[in-house]
Amino acid sequence: MTAPLDLVLGPLLFNWSPERIADFYGRIADETPVDRVYLGEVVCGKRAPLLEAALAAAADRLEAGGKTVVWSAPALPATPRERNGARALVAAGGLVELNDLSGLAHLPAGAPFVAGPLLNIYNEAAARELTRRGCVRLCANVELSLAAVAAIARGCPGLEVEVFAYGRLPLALSGRCYHARQHDLHKDNCRFVCNRDPDGLAVRTLEGEPFLAINGVQTLSHGVQLADIPPADLKAAGVGALRLTPHTGDMVAIIAAFRRFADGALDREGLRRAVEAAGPPGPLVNGYLVGKAGLAPVGA
Amino acid sequence: MGSIELVCPAGSPAMLRAAVEAGADSVYCGLRDETNARNFPGLNFSPAELTEATAWAHGRRAKVLVAINTFARAGETDAWMASVDAAVAAGADAIIAADLAVLAYAHEAHSSLRLHLSVQAAANSADAIAFYAEAYGVRRVVLPRVLSAPEIAALIRETSVEIEAFVFGGLCVMAEGRCALSSYATGRSPNLSGVCSPPEAVTFDRSNGQLTPRLAGLAIDRLGDGEPAGYPTLCKGRFEADGAPGYLFEDPVSLNAMGLLKALATAGVRAVKIEGRQRGKAYVARVAAAFRSAIDALDRGEDTLPYERLLSDLAEGGRETAGAYRKTWR
Repeated sequence: MTAPLDLVLGPLLFNWSPERIADFYGRIADETPVDRVYLGEVVCGKRAPLLEAALAAAADRLEAGGKTVVWSAPALPATPRERNGARALVAAGGLVELNDLSGLAHLPAGAPFVAGPLLNIYNEAAARELTRRGCVRLCANVELSLAAVAAIARGCPGLEVEVFAYGRLPLALSGRCYHARQHDLHKDNCRFVCNRDPDGLAVRTLEGEPFLAINGVQTLSHGVQLADIPPADLKAAGVGALRLTPHTGDMVAIIAAFRRFADGALDREGLRRAVEAAGPPGPLVNGYLVGKAGLAPVGA
Repeated sequence: MGSIELVCPAGSPAMLRAAVEAGADSVYCGLRDETNARNFPGLNFSPAELTEATAWAHGRRAKVLVAINTFARAGETDAWMASVDAAVAAGADAIIAADLAVLAYAHEAHSSLRLHLSVQAAANSADAIAFYAEAYGVRRVVLPRVLSAPEIAALIRETSVEIEAFVFGGLCVMAEGRCALSSYATGRSPNLSGVCSPPEAVTFDRSNGQLTPRLAGLAIDRLGDGEPAGYPTLCKGRFEADGAPGYLFEDPVSLNAMGLLKALATAGVRAVKIEGRQRGKAYVARVAAAFRSAIDALDRGEDTLPYERLLSDLAEGGRETAGAYRKTWR
């Protein structure tokens, strides 16, 4: 009997209010069987100061609830403020999740770290470059198929592997803020308009087909990833944990459904139905995991 | 060579010769497989062609930089290592790589090989550059197109690694190597397969006097009569948000930073790069000649203004931008 799959909550990618953050993580702490929670402003350095206090309070609350907290570093630190923030996070000690390789310039030699899904780790040899620098856990890049994840896991014995199991797929990062552009604002004076779209702003084709979602400098999928892969197949591929991303909708119900699915108490159809009933922000997709276009719907 | 090295694209041996004859100091090219980020049908070099072309270029004091800048496929990394060996065997002056696996192999197996960090690695800060230099002995970094000219100057003050910057051609609006839009729609992307918005996924519908370019069936623009139609790259398409249709990510423009050559040279940029290995020898001959003239003018203390309009008709979609180099782009 192999160990059960862990459930982990990835960093909040959206610009939620401090009140919403407090309420959300309070429920995660008190009402969910999540094992680990990643906290930190990954997408935009401008948001970080607004959310710092709320996230620190969330960390205390989660730890009091028995959850392990891991701090996530920014994905594309560029300005002096963003770089200083990233450096301070890495230097503070404790386990951090790196989402940009610049973090390795500051990490003390051999200090353990988590490699986030926004790093370009596409093969076992690249993963080994990280493990020999202290990487203890890797959340696979969302473009990778489960077969590729399995090859990485096979090539890196001892590395804990997570897959992106629920949420809009983080597809792209830019120097340009699309929320600001959409509102005819400059990034430097953006008025934080991204706070109007708690799951990102829907992008449709000119024929009205929902396609993507913008979230400041980040572009996500409209479709919501659902890793409805049988737990035995995930474990056979070397996957040790499923990563869920915070969204609106009933995350407590979604986490509960994933726990039952991972424990064999709910089948794929049951997982899909439970997640659909909990209000995901788009249709459920899993194309990447099965080696297709990312937007391929579940069950296709 | 002038104060600043002119690096030009070579999608074929003929294009390589055209670039060097028009004044390129260096050319970059790839092997004919998915180890390079312009894996288009009919492009690139066999190992024998690379060997011959490199010898020809060296005879004209030009350097050959081999792009092995995609991310090796899990379980099949040998093909990428074989490309590194082939580039070395051909006499390449440097390889351009992004994947940690390729950098590590090149550094260990060919310790005297010069390594350039591909733009696909999106190293956008002195911290990121310090990591690649320390870990793999990277000697030059090609900057992602997300930085403004003053930010590049500030970055160069913090690093001793050579900096190369794109100045002309197609423009990624996303941080290069950090974008999966193409695979989300089509299953193939720069990082997975060396192509963006792959040609086999492109179709066009014409109805009611309008042209609809599609990618994997998704409408990514709608063009009226007479509107110029560039290659339908996903992020340059027209979409709708909040009920308003428009170029949400980027207008269909190309980068032309010739007007910033002086600023880039003053900032300490060592080399400037032209995009477009897929665009043929006539293209590279004109662009290389124009930039050669501009760099030479700069070195004589003259203005580059007379050369700035020489290339306007080459822009995809017919329009140009200085992109992120001017901070208002953001």
